[in-house]
Amino acid sequence: MPSTGYIFLAVGVALAITFLLRALPFILKNAIKDSPLLLALNSWMPLGIMVILVVYCLSMIDPADSRLAGAQVIATLVTVAVHLWKHNLFLSVLAGTGTCVALANGLLPALL
Amino acid sequence: MPLSLLRAVRETGMVWLSMFVLGIGLGVMVTSSGLPWWVAPLLSGGVYAGSVEFLLVGLLVASAPLSAIAMTTLLVNSRHLFYGLSFPLHRVRGMSKLYSVFALTDEAYALAAPRDPRRLSHGWILWTQLGLQLSWMSGSLSGAIVGATLLQNVKGLDFILTALFIALAMDAYRHRPDRVTLVSAAVFGIIAALLAGDSMLVLAMSAFTAFMLLRHQWNKRRTQPVEQPDA
Repeated sequence: MPSTGYIFLAVGVALAITFLLRALPFILKNAIKDSPLLLALNSWMPLGIMVILVVYCLSMIDPADSRLAGAQVIATLVTVAVHLWKHNLFLSVLAGTGTCVALANGLLPALL
Repeated sequence: MPLSLLRAVRETGMVWLSMFVLGIGLGVMVTSSGLPWWVAPLLSGGVYAGSVEFLLVGLLVASAPLSAIAMTTLLVNSRHLFYGLSFPLHRVRGMSKLYSVFALTDEAYALAAPRDPRRLSHGWILWTQLGLQLSWMSGSLSGAIVGATLLQNVKGLDFILTALFIALAMDAYRHRPDRVTLVSAAVFGIIAALLAGDSMLVLAMSAFTAFMLLRHQWNKRRTQPVEQPDA
């Protein structure tokens, strides 16, 4: 097991890098304020980054564990459907995760 | 109770709750991998950057060199380079800006960036960020202490992260229905996942950003009238 000193040092390194990454655009932004480029990126980046994070999560599905993978695919469809229906973030997350946990642990009759 | 806190709870409280539940997942992972319980609040309170914390648990257990920890954090969190461009930090006053930058997570960005900055107050932004972090920290602490015994064998809990990003992406699309962004981000994501696997985030986000820069250049050329010297 790692030593306490090592854990604190490692967390410190991760903290410093994360903070710098978060602070950098604000420092650079003053140099490029009101640029048309910034306005364009403003309107495109939020959707693009969320879509890439979704692809990232879905690409982590491991087909070797077929019951878990099947549960994740069905839960993805459930999440999309519930979100289209109610537009309620928490409800969608709850329905999706609930479906995934229930199917992956065999709490629902085996559909897979 | 300040009005801005009430508004923050009403508009973002559901995400606080998701952060709490997701935090339980992190806490369970920390203690079930053999690390001491206090590593959970240390990661969730100190690093405070969702996905990299899950990766750090594995790296800490393996006593990975600090250079590997630095590189992993840099690559996975480099997406944060883009968040500052459209986060309404100008609405936060004084030294609180430092906390606001520290706590600029995926969720804080997704909740604040799509809203009209003129309608966001100093208090709303800070309460939202503090609520997200306290939920995440208390979730991870509960997970580390209680969940290690109760939830250790429950599979599929990490789908919370997937469901959260799906719903946030759908909200972002509803806010700005832009098919070029949707399709190009998905295509770059899929290509990067095929090429780079686990470390696809950096590749996909750089490629997508480069494409958006090109798109901006192209739009600019198209909308600017071409000079016609003979006309």
